[in-house]
Amino acid sequence: MKMTEITTPAAPAPAPPAPKGSGTLKHIGYVLRENPVTGLSFLMFAGLLISAAIGPWIVPYDPLATNAAAVLQPPSATHWFGTDNLGRDVFSRVIVATRLDLIISVAAVTLSFIFGSVIGALAGYRGGWFDIIASRCLDTIMAFPLFVLAMGIVAALGNSVANIIYATAIINIPFYARLVRAEVNIRREAGFTLAAKLAGNSDARVLAFHIFPNALPPMMVQVSLNLGWAILNAAGLSFIGLGVRPPTPEWGIMVAEGANYIVSGEWWMALFPGLWLMLAVFTFNLMGDGLRDIVDPRRRT
Amino acid sequence: MSGRGTAIALRIAQAIPVVIGVVVISFVLTRALPGDPAAQFAGIAATPESIEEVRRALGLDKPLLQQFFIYCAQLLQGDLGQSISTGRPVVSELAARLPASLELTLTALFVSCAISIPLGILAATRPGSWVDQLCRLLVTAGVSLPTFFTGIVLVYVFYYLLGIAPSPLGRLDFVYLEPPHVTGFFLIDSVIARDWETFGGTVKQLVLPATTMALFTLAPIARMTRAAMLSALSADFIRTARASGLSRRKVLYGYAFRNALLPVVTTLGMVFSFALGANVLVEKVFAWPGIGSYAVEALVVSDYAAVQGFVLAMALLFVFLNLVIDLAYSVIDPRFGTSAK
Amino acid sequence: MTTTRRNFLKTGAALSAMPFFMSLPASAAARDTVVVASGETINSLDLHRTGTNRASYEVAINCYDRLIRFGTKTTPEGGVSFDYSQIVPELAESWTTSEDGLVITFKLKPNAVFQDGTPVTAQDVKWSFDRAVSVGGFPTTQMKAGGLERPDQFAAVDDHTFTVTLDRPSKLSLPDLAVPVPFIINSKLAMEHATDKDPWAMEYLHQNTIGSGAYKVIRWDNGQQLVYERFDGWVGGLTPAVKRVVRREVPSAATKRALVERGDVQVAFGISDKDASELSGMLKVDSTPIANCVHALCLNTNFEPFTDPNVRKAIAWAVPYEDIFKTAAYGRGAPLWGGTEEITDTAWPRKSQYSTNLEKAKELMAASAYPDGFEVPLSIALDLAYWMEPAALLIQEAVGKLGIKTTIDKIPGANWRTASLVEKRLEFHLENFAGWLDTPDYYFFWAYQKGHLFNSSNYFNEEVEQLTNETLHMEMDDPEYAPKITRMFEIVLDELPRIPLWQPALNVAMNGADGYEFWFHRQLDVRTLTPVAS
Repeated sequence: MKMTEITTPAAPAPAPPAPKGSGTLKHIGYVLRENPVTGLSFLMFAGLLISAAIGPWIVPYDPLATNAAAVLQPPSATHWFGTDNLGRDVFSRVIVATRLDLIISVAAVTLSFIFGSVIGALAGYRGGWFDIIASRCLDTIMAFPLFVLAMGIVAALGNSVANIIYATAIINIPFYARLVRAEVNIRREAGFTLAAKLAGNSDARVLAFHIFPNALPPMMVQVSLNLGWAILNAAGLSFIGLGVRPPTPEWGIMVAEGANYIVSGEWWMALFPGLWLMLAVFTFNLMGDGLRDIVDPRRRT
Repeated sequence: MSGRGTAIALRIAQAIPVVIGVVVISFVLTRALPGDPAAQFAGIAATPESIEEVRRALGLDKPLLQQFFIYCAQLLQGDLGQSISTGRPVVSELAARLPASLELTLTALFVSCAISIPLGILAATRPGSWVDQLCRLLVTAGVSLPTFFTGIVLVYVFYYLLGIAPSPLGRLDFVYLEPPHVTGFFLIDSVIARDWETFGGTVKQLVLPATTMALFTLAPIARMTRAAMLSALSADFIRTARASGLSRRKVLYGYAFRNALLPVVTTLGMVFSFALGANVLVEKVFAWPGIGSYAVEALVVSDYAAVQGFVLAMALLFVFLNLVIDLAYSVIDPRFGTSAK
Repeated sequence: MTTTRRNFLKTGAALSAMPFFMSLPASAAARDTVVVASGETINSLDLHRTGTNRASYEVAINCYDRLIRFGTKTTPEGGVSFDYSQIVPELAESWTTSEDGLVITFKLKPNAVFQDGTPVTAQDVKWSFDRAVSVGGFPTTQMKAGGLERPDQFAAVDDHTFTVTLDRPSKLSLPDLAVPVPFIINSKLAMEHATDKDPWAMEYLHQNTIGSGAYKVIRWDNGQQLVYERFDGWVGGLTPAVKRVVRREVPSAATKRALVERGDVQVAFGISDKDASELSGMLKVDSTPIANCVHALCLNTNFEPFTDPNVRKAIAWAVPYEDIFKTAAYGRGAPLWGGTEEITDTAWPRKSQYSTNLEKAKELMAASAYPDGFEVPLSIALDLAYWMEPAALLIQEAVGKLGIKTTIDKIPGANWRTASLVEKRLEFHLENFAGWLDTPDYYFFWAYQKGHLFNSSNYFNEEVEQLTNETLHMEMDDPEYAPKITRMFEIVLDELPRIPLWQPALNVAMNGADGYEFWFHRQLDVRTLTPVAS
């Protein structure tokens, strides 16, 4: 859910007992100690990254190899997560899919982060006509039912990985742009901005190095939440048949296909990719909370 | 009062370019779809001549710009066109299906609020405790599952295995009569008709899909409640209230919660519009006759008028919703209106 | 006193007065109500309307009559199927064909009435046939297949005598009158709703059924359900056993299966092959192979490498038929591979002489102009992904071993038809065509003749063109017929524009109902359904 954290960038917790000489590292350490769930989420994230990096080399089977003699086998010692309707090893597919899913979500979020920041920063800093036009354009995107807009884009452009990324990025741009615009708008006339300008910095420089960094903390939270949401979005597209091309393993497509087999008793086809998908989204969401605690300037003394 | 009136007028004025933008984009998007509706609707065994015939009948042989102006002219007369696949006016399709989607979404939000707001308050009063952590884990788990997956699992367990849920087939089992049409919301209509049996039937059908949606919307509301409560509780006026000896209950609900309500309502608005879009997938699983499933079908067969009508309806709903939220602000927060830009 | 709706129903009062279905739960009322679950949506009650989808033909079948229809026979699988060789009366009492085969004269049943009580006359038949050949689109094309092209071919001699005059005798004319298209409409009622802009009352018939058929639609909630109620004045056949049939739309295959397994619906129509094979032990499942239908792998001649005969044969020898049949069709339907090279009969679809032999495939590939292979997209339809996707994945893997690199393109609904059938631009794709009229020449006419819709491979062979044209209207017992047909089989199975994979089945599961019959149109004929105590 990406719209949640826009209005209140930070949840101020009761003032923490200030650790002496608080450096960033100490602060992180403190947050992790205080909040073991956040620590857990970072561990899980590391796990995801590792399986994305080395997954294809460690899996026991070729994720694309079919085996008509061993279709729909329940989980066993040879096939930990069972096999699917073409006899492919579900465990291998789930692990190998990690990379693609992370790529989709990271690429989509990066794109919307960059474009959203630029549009939002310009609109907030320049104001005037540019601001009005940009804001109305963003409102227009927001007024669309977002999932249907993503569907439409993918249907129009064709269902390749790149198009899924573009569609996900486009529907997320307004959230970043609005956030940045609001932050920039507040600080446009702030003392430190004027000081930087008087010191001879160009507008672009002031914007990029003095104002924009202030918008980063709330955006970090937004980023980690969006990472999870991007995966869910891709899964939803798969469910209605507009996902990644077969036979590429991808969690959403595997859940969507497996869902048809639940009633006939082959629960493992949907359950394991579903579990992994949930784990990844879960990790990103928890990380979002943790990041907020870490980057929130109000929590430092 | 006049300040508030101006603010609302300004909001409406701001919405006009948005609606125009939606009309343009939905038109371009449908035309960008690669399918040829004439070939699709000419049916099986169509000849090139019959496809051309269909194309003429649908007005798709005209230049794009002309098509756009024709579409706009019809729109101004309140005509959304005819859905080719169902052969009925898009307006009547939407009128029949929108209440179904709204009923599901609103019920889900109601259930979700009933759980997540108390949960958020509970977590905020004991930040960092195991209750807080558990609440966080639970709601995050809910939002981490694709809705169609949750839906299918619920159907499997509660209908197929346990047999306690009714068959997942739309809004009402065919044993019951549809209540006389007043609002289109079966829950309300059956109450108006004093038909408690139909009311019960409607509730039964709603339980599973609403739970699926509610699970998905728990997290944002619970989190926002927690965050807003925390910030309210740490505010000076709460300390003052506590210091002056007001009861804990009074402080929590009378002062802190009232102040925390504003961001919660904002979130609720966004969750609502998002949930309405996410309905698409839930409706498919539960054969729910809402507008989401209608839009998916229309998109796949390149039924231009239906897709455009759907998008426009959703956009208008979104604009209307924002207006309602703004109004809600002025009820909750008396300061609103004076500082409106 | 408060009367709840259900109590009200139990008294039985006003049952007929209320315009729609209300009854006890289906299980309790099994005697007169059958509930059917179907995955497809009905989008019109009028088959002749432009944009009417295939599922909607069901309404034309159950609510309207034709002059004649096909008989039925018992299948080798133990089910009941239509019998193409036998034509029986529906609204016509009898018919005669003139000596030269050009004029068919029908005598209507004198007691036939429309559902509003007016008698069925030859003028109604004339009006209905005129409509079918005039409205354009699919109905007009289908009528043409039987040589029925212009209103002046139809004449009402008197109230109960109707003639069809043909331009040339054809064996397809009479069968073409037994397909769903030439259904008979209450023309007087229709005319009341016709306007200058809408002379064929398309708007009215889109929403209303005004036929003489066994059922009428008493309720239609678009996208949800359709309720049929029996018309007791039907003279077209034996009075149906079921008073009401409720057809619920269930888009999710998993839900459909759960419903029929639990007995909440009595008939699950068009279930997946997998569900059919698993349910067949528990419930009554009918899986009749679809007549004149072939799931095929098509090689488009517009793609250079596919013009090389060695490449085409290499692919045909590489396809893992058995695995595809097992994983994509769960063994439902009929295999179409591993036959004999010598062709001695005219049965169609027939087994090709190919089977999986990778060695042979590699040899042929090495002998071709592309020994190192090539790249080509393999296209499938999103709507048919349930069989196309597993089949495509297995084919992708198999041809990969020949050096042919494929990427799988899933193409959504509207675009699929345009790309595969209209523009015929898909190089390598899966396709299925089923001919309503069950003769091989009819299949060839659509799928192997140049420019015809289902010839998605852009195939052209002069001899096949000529032989198809010669056999299309020829009587099947003509001594020249069999040799010509076997020659056609020989050519296309050697040249392979379409590599036959298997003949699919239509699966129907029943739990508390019986009497299902398979029909070539692949829709549910509810008129023969009977309730069974479950």
